Amino acid sequence: MKWLSDDRINHLRELTVNPDFSATKYRVKSELARGGMGTVYLATDTELNRDVAIKVLNSPDLTTDLHERMIREAQIVARLEHPGIVPVHDVGVLPDGRVFYAMKYVRGKRLDEYTAETDSLRDRLRKFQAACDAVAFAHAHGVIHRDLKPQNIMIGSFGEVLVLDWGVAKILRKHESASEADTLLLPGKSKSNHKPGDTTDGTIIGTRDYMSPEQARGEIDRLDERSDVYSLGAVLYFLLTDRAPVAATRPRTVNPKVSKAAEAICLKAMSADADARYATAADLSRDVGQLLDAEPVSAYRESVFEKAARWAGKNRFLILLVLAYLVMRIILIFTSRS
Amino acid sequence: MDPDTDIGGAQQRFPQTNQSAIVRARSNDEEVRQRAFATILESYWKPVYKYVRLKWQADNEDAKDLTQGFFANAFEKNHFASYDASKASFQTFLRTCLDGFVANERKAGKRLKRGGDHEHFSLDFVSAADEFALHPAAPNANPEEYFHREWVRWMFMLALEALRAQCRQTGKGIYFELFQRYDLDEEETVSYASLGQEFGIEPGVVNNYLAAARRDFRRIVLEKLREITATEEEFRNEARSLLGVEVK
Repeated sequence: MKWLSDDRINHLRELTVNPDFSATKYRVKSELARGGMGTVYLATDTELNRDVAIKVLNSPDLTTDLHERMIREAQIVARLEHPGIVPVHDVGVLPDGRVFYAMKYVRGKRLDEYTAETDSLRDRLRKFQAACDAVAFAHAHGVIHRDLKPQNIMIGSFGEVLVLDWGVAKILRKHESASEADTLLLPGKSKSNHKPGDTTDGTIIGTRDYMSPEQARGEIDRLDERSDVYSLGAVLYFLLTDRAPVAATRPRTVNPKVSKAAEAICLKAMSADADARYATAADLSRDVGQLLDAEPVSAYRESVFEKAARWAGKNRFLILLVLAYLVMRIILIFTSRS
Repeated sequence: MDPDTDIGGAQQRFPQTNQSAIVRARSNDEEVRQRAFATILESYWKPVYKYVRLKWQADNEDAKDLTQGFFANAFEKNHFASYDASKASFQTFLRTCLDGFVANERKAGKRLKRGGDHEHFSLDFVSAADEFALHPAAPNANPEEYFHREWVRWMFMLALEALRAQCRQTGKGIYFELFQRYDLDEEETVSYASLGQEFGIEPGVVNNYLAAARRDFRRIVLEKLREITATEEEFRNEARSLLGVEVK
């Protein structure tokens, strides 16, 4: 075999590593992120002349199960049409055998990056509530994310919030009809009870700091919406304290500025007992909304003083107006007497 | 997407790997051990020869003897069986053993006699010497980096040879010819259309054949790497250094 120059070696490296988009309408511009299953590239759709993000399976040499898992991911995301979930435009197989899917390219920052630049707790909570709404929409369609964390939530350039990376999402059995199950199988593949992307008990999927106790124990069959609620609670913990959850450390211990109500919401969502958590992400979102509006939250029973303080905080302008009126009256009384 | 996400968990549901030559080198079965040794020898002899010439300033004959002697000694004493993947990569282990071997030989003032004590392996030292002369290392090149770079080059060359043989055996010689012309030839820039014209096929077919050859090349590179790494972690680390990326 002829000697290979450094240039040829680099070329062969690229061939070995980079997906072959030559027969598609996409031209890769750069790599955006690399994960366990796939790599996301920034590419141009040459037909529509727009940027897209393309997720490509890392290697064509792995088991078919991963190929099918990837297509399943695309199909799951494609059926979740919501402003908080990145739309999928296209799915297919590259000439080199790798499965890919193209989705909207979101310009912006990950929630952890956004948090590093945003001190306002109010702004952080608004973004969090939007993420909860996107997850609640997925839950309403029978899909749980199973890997919610700040790194998988994106804040777009116009402030829009998008939940990303549905690579380990699961369709809950109670929502899965026979026809839906059929559509998630690849043509030519046998229909077995164990569908691609399914995992069995004992398999751990997710990110340790943000996964529910039942998920960490690998109790896959027990996972439902409340597991995502736990992860959202862990994300809230991060937003309140600027750090990933630490066992047995309450948010107010890390950051005393956190209100008792905000802490209560976080701890309820992160309860070790799934039954004690919010039943859905929508319930969690509702409580966060109440907190933002200075209304009572379901997770925290206020004392009379706290109720009064909250009312005062919410009606500060009215109180100032009344005080100003009273001061004026007193002044008028004194000036009229003298 | 984040690399922290764990998929697989305690049960590690990743594809099974081919058993590596490093693992097989510990076998009690002499035949299995010999085959494993042959794989290690094939994968490393040329970088070893070049490294000895650069680091130890050995002339061609000396480097040939030291290379032969090193592998013969390692096989005879079953050195590779003592490799511990938790301490270093196999490549680092082999290079450390090599340095120790050459240092001992030099210290003892031995001049290995060609065709003497050590078993002779059939190795193409002529091509290795030509490459060393025609493509010399940069002045002040770091010998360890040079060894790694030459190993990468050699791995790709072996993979290409295997691809050529596979294409020939399966009657797909044209796949390799196209791959050679389009991806390996440095002197001529060709297009799918011009290749199609030359080989009497449609440009779309050129694309399909090239895609298949590239896919097979990638598979062969990773298979070869699996053969000479002992653990999944080492495989991934070496894949990262060979290809410059994570391979899962």
